[in-house]
Amino acid sequence: MKNSLIFLVLAILSFTGTGLAAEQQELTGAGATFPYPLYSKMFDVYSKEYGVRVNYQAIGSGGGIRQLINKTVDFGGSDAVMGEEEARAAGAPVLHIPTCAGSVVITYDLPGNPEIRLSPDLLADIFSGKVKKWDDPRIAALNREVKLPGLPVTVVHRSDGSGTTKIFSDYLSKVSKEWKEKTGAGTSLNWPVGLGAKGNPGVAGLVKQTPGSLGYVELIYALQNKMAYGAIKNRRGFFVRPSLASTSAAMNVALPDDMKVSLTDTDALDGYPIAGLTWILVYREQAYQGRTEAKAREVVRLLRWMTHEGQKYAEPMQYAPLSKKAVEKADALIGSVTYNGRAILK
Amino acid sequence: MKLPEGTGARTIPPAADRAGALSARGAAGAYAGEIRRSRTLVSETAFRRVLYLAGISVIVLLAAILASLFIWSMPAIARNGFGFLTGTVWDPVTARFGVLPFLAGTLMTSFLALLISLVFSLAVSIFLGEYFRKGIASSLVKTGVELLAGVPSVIYGFWALFFLVPIVRFVEMKTGVAPYGVGILSASLVLAIMIVPYSASLSREVIGLVPADLKEAAFSLGATRFEVVRKVVLPYARSGIIAGVLLSLGRALGETMAVTMVIGNSNTLPKDIFGPANTMASIIANEFSEATGAVYLASLIEIALVLFVVTAVINIVGKIVIVKMSVET
Repeated sequence: MKNSLIFLVLAILSFTGTGLAAEQQELTGAGATFPYPLYSKMFDVYSKEYGVRVNYQAIGSGGGIRQLINKTVDFGGSDAVMGEEEARAAGAPVLHIPTCAGSVVITYDLPGNPEIRLSPDLLADIFSGKVKKWDDPRIAALNREVKLPGLPVTVVHRSDGSGTTKIFSDYLSKVSKEWKEKTGAGTSLNWPVGLGAKGNPGVAGLVKQTPGSLGYVELIYALQNKMAYGAIKNRRGFFVRPSLASTSAAMNVALPDDMKVSLTDTDALDGYPIAGLTWILVYREQAYQGRTEAKAREVVRLLRWMTHEGQKYAEPMQYAPLSKKAVEKADALIGSVTYNGRAILK
Repeated sequence: MKLPEGTGARTIPPAADRAGALSARGAAGAYAGEIRRSRTLVSETAFRRVLYLAGISVIVLLAAILASLFIWSMPAIARNGFGFLTGTVWDPVTARFGVLPFLAGTLMTSFLALLISLVFSLAVSIFLGEYFRKGIASSLVKTGVELLAGVPSVIYGFWALFFLVPIVRFVEMKTGVAPYGVGILSASLVLAIMIVPYSASLSREVIGLVPADLKEAAFSLGATRFEVVRKVVLPYARSGIIAGVLLSLGRALGETMAVTMVIGNSNTLPKDIFGPANTMASIIANEFSEATGAVYLASLIEIALVLFVVTAVINIVGKIVIVKMSVET
């Protein structure tokens, strides 16, 4: 009896012991849904190699930022740079570490699904409801070899708040002054025309079954579902097809040190113009709310791995990896993370 | 969904009193032992307390939801003011928020769905409550209707998107209106199917409860079956049928997933039933996760508050109608 009691106590003690150890080996993050498939692959490999479990919840960029501000996660994930109001709410500097890039493609449903070409101003006018028919002379002028039907253009956009909408509207705001003044950029907009559909699958579903429709989805989604998508004229005047290569190429511009950069309407020669980075957000000063230095170290080690070794998982999963220059900038940012004012990486 | 809880909370305490009085009387007669009686009394009071607690907790929960909605939407109420209720623009970019398009969308889809579903639910309930009360046909239809209530709404949504919407679009092309396919009509159709079981099963119960002697009296006076249904059964079951309608209306007002997939999600005032619109539940579900900025988030919660109030008002009005229309016996 006595022996079994001692055994029980020992067993409980050993369990709580391992429990504590396991807690130190776990990081939590929340945010953007766009990089979620890549992150879960990365975190799976990482936990096998380093024994650190990373729990990432894909609740959306807005939610990720909110949780980081509330300090309930070790890092946030976001497709958008934190706004002024959010930065103020955070109270301390938050670093934006880029992890990969994605792009937004223009998909449509036309007879035979030809590849069409679109210019920025035309795109803005279609989404403003000014170009109403597919056989509009302005569309025809860019697509002489395509036989365009006389169908009305049905615009399809995302109904849910989304980083994809943010990137797309950011692009339209850059290329069209009128769009910027009337509609602007954000995760949800007051759309001038069109139907809203929930998520990439919703937009894809609606576009596929509505003759003459045109919408926007993430590149990965269009690739996986073999959807028709158009080439967009970039700033340098080239019509660029969206691809992983042309998305990575969009990063070949002068990158700022804080990496809070929008890649839309890129200046790069062969860059696809509707592209954007996705970031991991962490506080620069890691000693907050009684966090241990060990935990801060784990966060930094994970970020370093994601921007180096982890990058090789991007392309097979159809994400555009960071360019060399972007990795260098990310390194500098990760190097600036501190614990009680002292740099963690030496 | 609020209605059954409400009626439950109201009817439980009197029922408990009655049950308590009955078994107390029974105990006095049957058990002579003093100890036994006191033990029965103890379990009686305990039972009654549990019932009171359950009843009160429903009210407390409701009040807590209302209070938290109110508190969380304070920043929006302070900034939007009354313009929120009359505003027709929903623009998160410039932080202009008006709930009217969504209010109109919610009411239009719900009441249109109710109108469509009423025909079917009434027919089904008369069929099951009056014509085929037993037998294979009856249990087949009954199970079928009950199964409709068990289908997850996302499945209704996908079914509507890929099956119903093309049909609606085809009809719209033939009739010459803008062939979006998605819109208020599609949303109402799928909603109607979803709410049929709620009103049908309640109506079936009350139609089955119509006293046989009333019907027999009508038959003996030479009334046909149809006349009995029209003149005796339906008037007698009226208040129960309306209660079923209210229950299904509550479901329609709050339905989110299936509606958002087929309504077209256009944040402007609906012009007709063929065009795209949006509902209050749908805009919250769509934009909540990515809502950045305090006022934006609070405005979404304010929509939830409006939806809460609208649902409550409709239920209260419905209750009054039920009381007014019930047959005195």
